[in-house]
Amino acid sequence: PPRSPEDPDWTAAMERIRTARDRAAFARVFRHFAPRVKGFLIRSGASEAQAEDCMQEVMATLWQKAHLFDPARASLATWIFTIARNRRIDALRKERRPEPEDLAWGPEAEPDQADVVAFQQEARGLAAAIAALPDAQRSLIERAYYGELSHSQIAVETGLPLGTIKSRIRLALDRLRHAMT
Amino acid sequence: MTDTITHHLTDDLLARYCAGELSEGFSLAVATHLSLCDACRARAEALDAVGGAVLDATPPAPLARGALDRALAGLDERPSPAAPPPRCGGVLPAPLRDYAGGEVDSLRWRNMGPGVESLLLIDAPEGSARLFRIRGGSELPDHGHRGTELTLVLSGAFRDGDARFARGDVEIADETMQHTPIAEPGAPCICLAVTEGRLRFRGLLPRLAQPFFGV
Ligand SMILES: [Zn+2]
Ligand SMILES: [Zn+2]
Repeated sequence: PPRSPEDPDWTAAMERIRTARDRAAFARVFRHFAPRVKGFLIRSGASEAQAEDCMQEVMATLWQKAHLFDPARASLATWIFTIARNRRIDALRKERRPEPEDLAWGPEAEPDQADVVAFQQEARGLAAAIAALPDAQRSLIERAYYGELSHSQIAVETGLPLGTIKSRIRLALDRLRHAMT
Repeated sequence: MTDTITHHLTDDLLARYCAGELSEGFSLAVATHLSLCDACRARAEALDAVGGAVLDATPPAPLARGALDRALAGLDERPSPAAPPPRCGGVLPAPLRDYAGGEVDSLRWRNMGPGVESLLLIDAPEGSARLFRIRGGSELPDHGHRGTELTLVLSGAFRDGDARFARGDVEIADETMQHTPIAEPGAPCICLAVTEGRLRFRGLLPRLAQPFFGV
């Protein structure tokens, strides 16, 4: 889908942050994502104060680690989601979050522009596909990522057996995949 | 290496890892497999993309007064961290090495009985994670499970019934399953085993040994 005015070029903003330590670009990213990160953390069970502090840490990490953002592998929303998810585990559950070993890439392996454009288009397509899902399925996915979905809890609320829930999540993901192709 | 993996993670495990819902031990096993398996890493990053779309569609929450100024004021105080260490090429991928505190030869293995040594990495109410080093031809004690158990091979190989598990392969067992992994003859099999709840050993001697070895 074509880029709308509400869908700015975050890849360019991150490039400015990475190469020029551009504070105005950081402010643009902050204005869009900080309130969403905070909303995400509150939905995930954080208090107002926890969510505010945690959001500040997430945005500081974005500035610190801007050189690790790879627009040929993730949208900015996805990259920020992974930072927020990991901070949530760290802050709310007091657990470490084991992460996979980094792939070998870096400044010496600049992402190819065609790869970046293609990937960012895919990411927008996925977001559109999720937005177009029936409410029940979209809600299930949202709740899974907000960490509201202890499988057994949902089974109690909806009266569905555990296996049904799991297969519904898989079905939803499967439909997403098909919506993209 | 990655092409030789035949036993992968399930969609359910990957989805729960990406949503941040797995216990620490299970997350460690998943992160270790992803370090060895590009196919599952791609699936995980697609699931992360779903999380990104959910985050971006989350209704914005009002920020504290001066939040942006506070963020901007903090920026220069934070040094840019060094680039992540490159893949080391050892037996233990980085996430596992972080927990073990070194490479396999420098670890403080505990003798668990004939041919079996182990090292406890995580011991939490939600579950445990431990490394095993099993002499070629030896078997892990016969046991059942209270929840799910993942066994990830790092070196050597084991067989369980007709199936063979080598570096990167994950065996997934649940409470309904009695299984007996046996290390292939030859080099020792090093594997990571993570469980929900405590392993329940069957057979009299292993049961007596359970409190002693703390398994
Ligand atoms: Zn795999
Ligand atoms: Zn087992």
